[in-house]
Amino acid sequence: MKGAWPHVCYSRTRKNVEDFTGPRERSDLGFITFDITADLQTIFDWNVKQLFLYLSAEYSTKNNALNQVVLWDKIILRGDNPKLLLKDMKSKYYFFDDGNGLKGNRNVTLTLSWNVVPNAGILPLVTGSGHVSVPFPDAYETTKSY
Amino acid sequence: MEPAFHRGDLLFLTNRIEDPIRVGEIVVFRIEGREIPIVHRVLKIHEKQSGDIKFLTKGDNNAVDDRGLYKQGQHWLEKKDVVGRARGFVPYIGIVTILMNDYPKFKYAVLFLLGLFVLVHRE
Repeated sequence: MKGAWPHVCYSRTRKNVEDFTGPRERSDLGFITFDITADLQTIFDWNVKQLFLYLSAEYSTKNNALNQVVLWDKIILRGDNPKLLLKDMKSKYYFFDDGNGLKGNRNVTLTLSWNVVPNAGILPLVTGSGHVSVPFPDAYETTKSY
Repeated sequence: MEPAFHRGDLLFLTNRIEDPIRVGEIVVFRIEGREIPIVHRVLKIHEKQSGDIKFLTKGDNNAVDDRGLYKQGQHWLEKKDVVGRARGFVPYIGIVTILMNDYPKFKYAVLFLLGLFVLVHRE
């Protein structure tokens, strides 16, 4: 499969609050700011209608062997500028853990993936090669910084 | 699930239990007590060592996740709610059936023409 050689940089902090998006237990809430550089031109062949691009964080915790959270996504239509140069992006979706597993977690991996939507045919899910590890701090952030 | 899919597109699904549910996948699920299945994308998963998984979905074109669609008090979907996984699609195929359902006059016209065709070709 063709690659997009995306490049992701990040910075992060963490708080512990009631998960107001659903379950009302106190859970870790992560804040990640990132840059994405990618050239998706080679993925757009004659049968590609659009790409659903997403940045996800994957990690393990005491509560759950596998956690995956989509932090940001974007629909890129055929004809849109395939070159992405995004800086200082905040995550689109709240990065709540199911528990307090972000605290001191050194192994949170960010990956850029995409779902190819053809004009007709198979819907492949592709993960970009190269991923970034985001170690979370041991301490909670107490001031509002987002 | 616009702009990827539109009403009338035909989706090809698989439903192998062994297939792990991962973010980015397009799943077809049914909410308890509701008849009509929903085709949305997996946004978040939390899976235990045992394989027990709870996950959250969201339609590509929606601003918010599907928690508002789930049952009262339900925050997550589980494997048992999944009816299939979208693997491929063909656009527009279902449009004729939809037109016939939405516009009965069109359905009668189609039936009439088919009937005519059958009569004319009876040699």
